[in-house]
Amino acid sequence: MRGPDVAWYLAVAAFLFATGTLGVLLRRSPLIVLLSLEIMLNGGNLALIAFARLHGDASGQIFALAVMAVAAAEVVVGLGLIVAIAQKRIDLDVDKLSFLRG
Amino acid sequence: MGNVVIWAVWVLAAFSCLASAVAVVSFTNPFYSALSLIGNLSSLAVLYLLLSAEFVAAGQVLVYAGAVMVMFVFVTAYLGGRADAPWAGGPSWQAVGAVTAAGAILLEVIVVIGLKAGGTLSHEAQIGSDFGSPHQIGRLFLTDHLLAFEITSVVLLVAAVGAVILGAHSRRSGTTGDLVHSEEAGARP
Repeated sequence: MRGPDVAWYLAVAAFLFATGTLGVLLRRSPLIVLLSLEIMLNGGNLALIAFARLHGDASGQIFALAVMAVAAAEVVVGLGLIVAIAQKRIDLDVDKLSFLRG
Repeated sequence: MGNVVIWAVWVLAAFSCLASAVAVVSFTNPFYSALSLIGNLSSLAVLYLLLSAEFVAAGQVLVYAGAVMVMFVFVTAYLGGRADAPWAGGPSWQAVGAVTAAGAILLEVIVVIGLKAGGTLSHEAQIGSDFGSPHQIGRLFLTDHLLAFEITSVVLLVAAVGAVILGAHSRRSGTTGDLVHSEEAGARP
């Protein structure tokens, strides 16, 4: 009983990563930039788990779980920043957010 | 027979994963983007199951498609989700550059996989039935990867404290009118 090779999973991971890159570079709403960042992280996770299966070593799955925790932390801080920006009545557009001054 | 079922499930999961990823990037409304990311994460969990990573698949559905996406949908609904066309706004060379960069990354990875695919990538290791189970993951977390486990918990704590501070700060300064005006003036290019 054999499924597809690991190379197929890696191709899906590469496509996910490229799609996420496109979203981060192309979109202007910071919410969608964060969503595209999640797609990039999940592409990396899929590659980690595919290699864990290839080598029969579950350390890759441990790494994937750590990436998930870091992604959750990143979403919390990112959404907090977006809500803070929105409450200051600043337009939610990454091109207009050119000042770090709070 | 088993092969055909595995391939069918794989093709279904992979294509729904890729289609919903493209949908996230191309939807105009951020709310629809967040909803299609939930589909993307769920179909990724199916791919994880096919790679015998049961615990990670369960964590993906619970943490990602559950908790994180609830937060995303909540914030998107709170902010009203201003429509934002993917190709609109900004000079056109930015869109061309974005597509070129993403295409270059995709091409690079696919070429590397293609160069390696005939050799080492098709010999999967033999695994026991314990592989990827909560039992094995828990033992690895508390023995070989204890430092990573503890650092992850510190990262989560710092992120929670940071989010609380950000929320309190924005609520306090949001009520002072002159600060808002100066911010608006500063935000204009």
